[in-house]
Amino acid sequence: MVVPLHHIIAISGLLFTIGVVGVLFRRSAIIVFMSVEIMLNAVNLAFVAFSRYHGSVDGQVFVFFIMTLAAAEVAVGLAIIIALYRNLRTADLSEIHELKH
Amino acid sequence: MSDTLYLITLFPLVGFLVNGLLGRWISERQSGLIASLAVLGSLLVSAQLLLGLLARPAEDRLFVQLLFAWIPVGDLNIDVMYRFDPLTAVMTLVITGVGLLIHIYSLGYMRGDPGIRRYYAFLNLFTFMMLNLVLADNLVLLFMGWEGVGLCSYLLIGFWFADEAKARAGLKAFIVNRIGDAGFIIAMVLLFHQFGTLSMSEMAGKAEGALVGPNFFTIVTLLLLVGAIGKSAQIPLFVWLPDAMAGPTPVSALIHAATMVTAGVYLIVRNSLLFSLAPTTMATVAAIGVLTAFLAATIAMTQTDIKKVLAYSTISQLGYMFMAVGVGAFSAGIFHLMTHAFFKALLFLGAGSVIHGLDGEQELGKMGGLKHRMPGTHWTMLIGVLAISGIPGLSGFFSKDEILWGAFIWHDGVNWIWLLGIMTAGLTAFYMFRLYFLVFHGPARWPGDTQPHESPSVMTIPLTLLAYLAILGGYVGIPEALGGINRFHHFLAPVVISYHTAIAAAPNTRPLELLLMAVSTVVSLGGVYYAYRIYRVQPALAEQLARRLRPLYGLSRNRYYVDEFYQAVVVRPFQKLSGLCWNWFDVRAIDGLVNASARSIARLSGVVRQLQSGLIQHYASLILLGVIFIMLYITMG
Repeated sequence: MVVPLHHIIAISGLLFTIGVVGVLFRRSAIIVFMSVEIMLNAVNLAFVAFSRYHGSVDGQVFVFFIMTLAAAEVAVGLAIIIALYRNLRTADLSEIHELKH
Repeated sequence: MSDTLYLITLFPLVGFLVNGLLGRWISERQSGLIASLAVLGSLLVSAQLLLGLLARPAEDRLFVQLLFAWIPVGDLNIDVMYRFDPLTAVMTLVITGVGLLIHIYSLGYMRGDPGIRRYYAFLNLFTFMMLNLVLADNLVLLFMGWEGVGLCSYLLIGFWFADEAKARAGLKAFIVNRIGDAGFIIAMVLLFHQFGTLSMSEMAGKAEGALVGPNFFTIVTLLLLVGAIGKSAQIPLFVWLPDAMAGPTPVSALIHAATMVTAGVYLIVRNSLLFSLAPTTMATVAAIGVLTAFLAATIAMTQTDIKKVLAYSTISQLGYMFMAVGVGAFSAGIFHLMTHAFFKALLFLGAGSVIHGLDGEQELGKMGGLKHRMPGTHWTMLIGVLAISGIPGLSGFFSKDEILWGAFIWHDGVNWIWLLGIMTAGLTAFYMFRLYFLVFHGPARWPGDTQPHESPSVMTIPLTLLAYLAILGGYVGIPEALGGINRFHHFLAPVVISYHTAIAAAPNTRPLELLLMAVSTVVSLGGVYYAYRIYRVQPALAEQLARRLRPLYGLSRNRYYVDEFYQAVVVRPFQKLSGLCWNWFDVRAIDGLVNASARSIARLSGVVRQLQSGLIQHYASLILLGVIFIMLYITMG
């Protein structure tokens, strides 16, 4: 049985929205970070679905790029969060407003 | 031959750079020697070029050297091109010759001055600029020299700038000159507009028979005249020159007597073709010249500062030169320029020697009886005084009489210009001998503790050489009436326009010319006699006369209140206007506008800065909003 395209798009959109809401409203930096990952993977899902639908591999190539990028981003992002925590003793984003000063 | 032209200006430029940039590594003596050698180099090159000119036939006497294209912009092509013709030859030799003697004299006069390297640097820069002025083929290059000498004049008048009065005198000279320069600039623009070139040699070819409005040449030459009046200190812009005496005396001799102030005369003679096409301007030049000559001479009669007397005398003699070129006797004007450079430099340097000997005293009232204390200075100055008075046999006689002759035949007979000119000759003899008697004869009036002494030989030798020049300088132009052939006139003839060739060549004018010479000699001797009576024989007579002619004496003594007049009519209203502009317009309008815009920006920033919370999630939501907007725009639009 072939899952119809619009189902997958709907799930992808749902995941993306969850990610966005998580980035915008959660206070823990770790959770925000995870939400970003969810957004990335929502996009990946859409890419794969379209790739399959159109019968071309372009979308899958993109997915590999995004996964690589996400891995690198995780390494850098986690390092930043740890550094922030070491310096400020918190990972609560509502208390971190260094950009203002 | 013509490829050595650039050397004339190169030497002083190098001298200026060495003294100006490397001054702290050379000694005082080396500084003076370098500067003098630089001028000597220019003198030798100029002399060699003069010999080259003389070796050629009269109509072919011209060397030209194109150095480089200076300003090529569209139709405007300004080249740095030097031309060396008989007129330039006379000017360069006067500048470098008299300049060299003054450089050497300064070795003694300026000894021990802490700013001596600066002094020599400025002096060399002046020589460089002045040589550019006379060598330039292009009006713009000439103008660069013109402004350059003005700058050096300013720098050297205010050489002792710690004294505020001297610094102000420098400013005054500069500002008054700017008024004249404005005329010069407008004239240049008009000429370029009309002829499409500013090269004087090209312009001369196009000027005659050019299709221009009837008043074009009159307007242009009047504007050039305004420039010349400023530089050559004529009525009404002469007020800066007496104040310029605040500078060191050798500077007064070089810049404010022998060379720079004659640039106005040079400018007119260089453009004699343009001027000869504008009879109105010529009449104006003559009138301004003779009035200046006469009024300055009357002022010089009562001044008590030795340098002020010489300053007014210079103005008066410059007026003589203007009168000469105004009546069309261009070569006579240049002739007088040359002889005047010799005897006036001599007089200034002699006055400097007197001032030096009296430890800086300049008041005639505190001199007297110096004849035996300073014999060298006395004899050389006597020669200078005789030369400027127009006593036959000395240089001033020849040039002055040629001018008076030119003025006489200008309107075919006795006219007011000639009359005023000859009266000026008498006044000149009077005030110069007044100065001579007050300085060298009579009782000593200096304070008891000064010991007047003769100046060192480094100062008296230039004086002696200048004295020889003041005697012999006139013999290059012995008029035909005295059996000479007026070499000088014929030498210059290819370069300048001559009005009166027809009259001058008429055979039956000789007795008349001799008669006029006799008249002017008698007038001059009369001046000498009265000076002798009043200041030598009966010293009390001077005060009696002053009391009896009180109104006239007061006018002359106070220089006709011209400075006061300018102060009241020009300077003070201008200061008031400036004060108004400052206190009202600048402080309220300009500053108010600036401050208001600054405040409104600050207020706007106060609103906008609320956006910057520093919270990453705010920024992220804004990004999201932005993305949504863009997507809406794309899908809707």
